[in-house]
Amino acid sequence: MNFAHVLFEAAPSLWRGLEVTVEVSAVSVSFALVAGLLFGTALAYGPILLRLPIRAVVDVVRGIPVLVLIFFVYYVGPAAGLELGSFSAAILALSLFSACQVAEITRGAIISVHHGQMEAARAVGLTFRQCLVSVIFPQALRRFLPPWINSVTDTVKGSALVSLLGIVDLMLAIQQVIGRTYRPMPFYVLGALIYLCINYALSSASRRLEAHFAYVRD
Amino acid sequence: MLHYHFNFGLIWQHFDKLDWGLVVSLELTLAAVAVSTVLGLAFAVAHVSGGRGVRALVAGYVECIRNIPLLLLVYLVFYGVPTIVNLQYSAMTSFIVTLSLYYAAYLVEVFRAGLLAVARGMQDAGKAIGMTAWQRLVHVRLPIMFRIVLPSLSNTYVSLFKDTAIASVLAVPELTYGAQWINNNTFRVIEVWSVAAPMYVVTGYAILFLLRRFERIYAMR
Amino acid sequence: MTEPIVRMAEVGKSFGATRVLDNVDLSVGRGEVVTIIGPSGSGKTTLLRCINALETYDSGSIRIDGVEVGFRDGDSRRRPRRDRELAQIRAATGMVFQLFYLFPHLTAVENVMLGLRKVRRMGRAEARERAMRWLERVGLADRAGNLPSQLSGGQQQRVGIARAVAMEPKMLLLDEITSALDPELVGEVLAVVRSLAADGMTMLVVTHEMAFAREVSDRVAFMDGGRVIQEGDPESVLRRPASERLRAFLSRIG
Repeated sequence: MNFAHVLFEAAPSLWRGLEVTVEVSAVSVSFALVAGLLFGTALAYGPILLRLPIRAVVDVVRGIPVLVLIFFVYYVGPAAGLELGSFSAAILALSLFSACQVAEITRGAIISVHHGQMEAARAVGLTFRQCLVSVIFPQALRRFLPPWINSVTDTVKGSALVSLLGIVDLMLAIQQVIGRTYRPMPFYVLGALIYLCINYALSSASRRLEAHFAYVRD
Repeated sequence: MLHYHFNFGLIWQHFDKLDWGLVVSLELTLAAVAVSTVLGLAFAVAHVSGGRGVRALVAGYVECIRNIPLLLLVYLVFYGVPTIVNLQYSAMTSFIVTLSLYYAAYLVEVFRAGLLAVARGMQDAGKAIGMTAWQRLVHVRLPIMFRIVLPSLSNTYVSLFKDTAIASVLAVPELTYGAQWINNNTFRVIEVWSVAAPMYVVTGYAILFLLRRFERIYAMR
Repeated sequence: MTEPIVRMAEVGKSFGATRVLDNVDLSVGRGEVVTIIGPSGSGKTTLLRCINALETYDSGSIRIDGVEVGFRDGDSRRRPRRDRELAQIRAATGMVFQLFYLFPHLTAVENVMLGLRKVRRMGRAEARERAMRWLERVGLADRAGNLPSQLSGGQQQRVGIARAVAMEPKMLLLDEITSALDPELVGEVLAVVRSLAADGMTMLVVTHEMAFAREVSDRVAFMDGGRVIQEGDPESVLRRPASERLRAFLSRIG
């Protein structure tokens, strides 16, 4: 059986796995973006009573390996009363991890904007929300996007760990195919190439964005 | 919460799986830190000093490794490589090699940026007293580079420590594997993960704290 | 007439379309102090850096004690020298930089010792002893254990001078060594240079300090646009400038 034939037979399983990977990644990235922006803004501007708990959560979550976080959510969630299937648990864990990363990136981007900008905006008479939306965030954007895209590739790579919960993503699909065909190397390499394509496209976008914003003097 | 009966006793009974597991995690960390630092340094120097071919090779290596999941690489090295090369190795060795190769790719970028940040004038001063290129590298550029990159290095090493959790998939008896064993054999799910997760957090921050102390003494004076 | 330590003949260098050095002829004899003055962009720093091969030159010849600096001797094809050969040639010259370029991770005495240990291959005790002697000579023996970040500009530059002379080079190349210093710190550095000159050290100095040039130099050369326009003893060059450009330059400097 030549490899082309084997590959052809395996393609549907691999494709389905890839779909799951993309789905898990996309959902996690979206949740993480919303939560992370909120947490990060709170860390930059919030009162100390808000900052401290968020800081604590972010620092603790970032100190746990992603794999352990996934297991923690998967096992402890249901025991604590949450209705969580493996899919939901995986997404919750991945989103939580990524949200904490995004929070740090957001905070870093916001504080990189010179505080004089906020003062000037206030002096013009803008409300806090208007300041954020019209003055701070547009300038913070260029410090936000490149590291955020890095965190997206981290999420895509982290999504491979959900295979350990039995979710048939690309990683598990590859292993199942290998289990059927006994050809580990070609399929591992193929899987690597697929992940490479996805993430390389993302990091190229990041590099082009960095170049695009480079005209702005610091 | 209402239906769960806490029983930490079973955790302490099997605590050896966790504390010895942590020791194994730290062993993996130390080994991988050593190997990846040497590799990353070698590749970075090669990239900065080498010709177009060498630069392309290093860049290619970095891109390939950094964009794929560590888990995939772990499987590839442990299950895939022995099928095409006549080598046998233990799960632990395989994991250390994989983790080192993975983090070497990250360290290349750290060291490269560091080397480029060493002021040109330092090279001139080294040349002026008659040092060869190798002498300038070893006695001037690398010492200064290390002091510049110490913060990034600390963060990378702590990340590496956290990624040792993935060794559990190869049944290496580190902390996560120990926690999984307790999880599957005692069903004390909340207790075990509530102990294992903080063990990672505390150890990770302890390592970071130690490295920051080191930084304060040596970082770019 | 003894052979000069440095003989530069028809040295040329182009950078793209710009002729940075244009047929430069200049020699420095044993024990002589030659000062080069001129506006920025005149090529004086480039010329200095060609002598110890920090820059390359396209045409002409620079010989130190008869040895060609940039190219293999006796080679009709003018192949550039390799790094190891250059290192040996550079060990015979000492350079002090405008921005000091002290090694930030080493203390003052360690900065001076580095060349002695690694290039001259001295033992630690011997190197330290020699380094301390030179630090005393420049008046910084009590700062031997300080890092560059703990020293003032003038002190850093004096360490830079000690680092260069401790190697006991054939000649010193001084590249605008006081230009980056606060005015009140210039004096202490010039005092060291004056005393080295009095001891017979061969020096090629690029500087803006006219009074110093007049006082210490045996000869002064004026460079502009990559060429040596006028050369001679300090009195004739500085008091009786022959060319229009030199006159204009001197009046600007004041």
